[in-house]
Amino acid sequence: MTQPGPATTAAVPPPPARRRPDFGQGAVVCAVSLGGAVGAAARYGAGLLWPTAGGAFPWTTLTVNVLGCALIGVLLVTVTELASPHRLLRPFLGTGVLGGFTTFSTYAVDAVRLAEDGHAATALAYLAATLAAAMAAVWLTAALTRRLIAGRRRARTR
Amino acid sequence: MNWLLVVAGAMAGAPLRYLTDRAVQSRHDSVFPWGTFAVNVAGCLILGLLTGALPDDRVRLLLGTGFCGALTTYSTFSYETLRLAQGGARGYALANAAASVVCGLGAASAGVALGRWL
Repeated sequence: MTQPGPATTAAVPPPPARRRPDFGQGAVVCAVSLGGAVGAAARYGAGLLWPTAGGAFPWTTLTVNVLGCALIGVLLVTVTELASPHRLLRPFLGTGVLGGFTTFSTYAVDAVRLAEDGHAATALAYLAATLAAAMAAVWLTAALTRRLIAGRRRARTR
Repeated sequence: MNWLLVVAGAMAGAPLRYLTDRAVQSRHDSVFPWGTFAVNVAGCLILGLLTGALPDDRVRLLLGTGFCGALTTYSTFSYETLRLAQGGARGYALANAAASVVCGLGAASAGVALGRWL
């Protein structure tokens, strides 16, 4: 009968460092997907509530896009300047909901259709008005949010 | 049913935008937001194709309103343009706005023409 040898655990090489499965990326993709569904459904709902007749100025898509730009100014300044938000907040609300709510493809295709149907002036006005209003909206809300956060910080340290 | 089509399209379009943006942004080190530019122009081309090929079809709710609508974005485009302008890259900000609108329109009208021909 053989005696059990001394413990050999010391001779066993340590297991190779296993890479942790990247659950993080999957969660972010899911958050973006769910947020995108919410945003797109809201945009579709707006289109049902305020349909745009053929040849008319696409007010609904303009409003949706400008509103989405105003909201992303508030959101992204808040998550960048405020202390540690939940890591899925920005992917869900910013990339997902607001990304799905606003649209660049409908903007361009609607302008092309307007021009093709003989409403070139409306198409140009639509292109320029959306761009100008979207940039003004994001600039204004980002600046106001930054000022609000700075004001609250000053009030707290006083 | 129509809502489900829009939601299903968007559930694929939004993450595809996110993953494409990450893949594109990791492959260059310029400040220009090529990722958003790429998805926006691609989405304009696809929606143009759909509009030309299937003017009135429920497939458009799935692939147009849902998928292309969520694949493309105006909010991220405007925020990235603002960041460029405020970060001292005004030339890039102007180039991004101009190129996105011009290339988006070009892709959309090429798509419509191609879709009708198909």
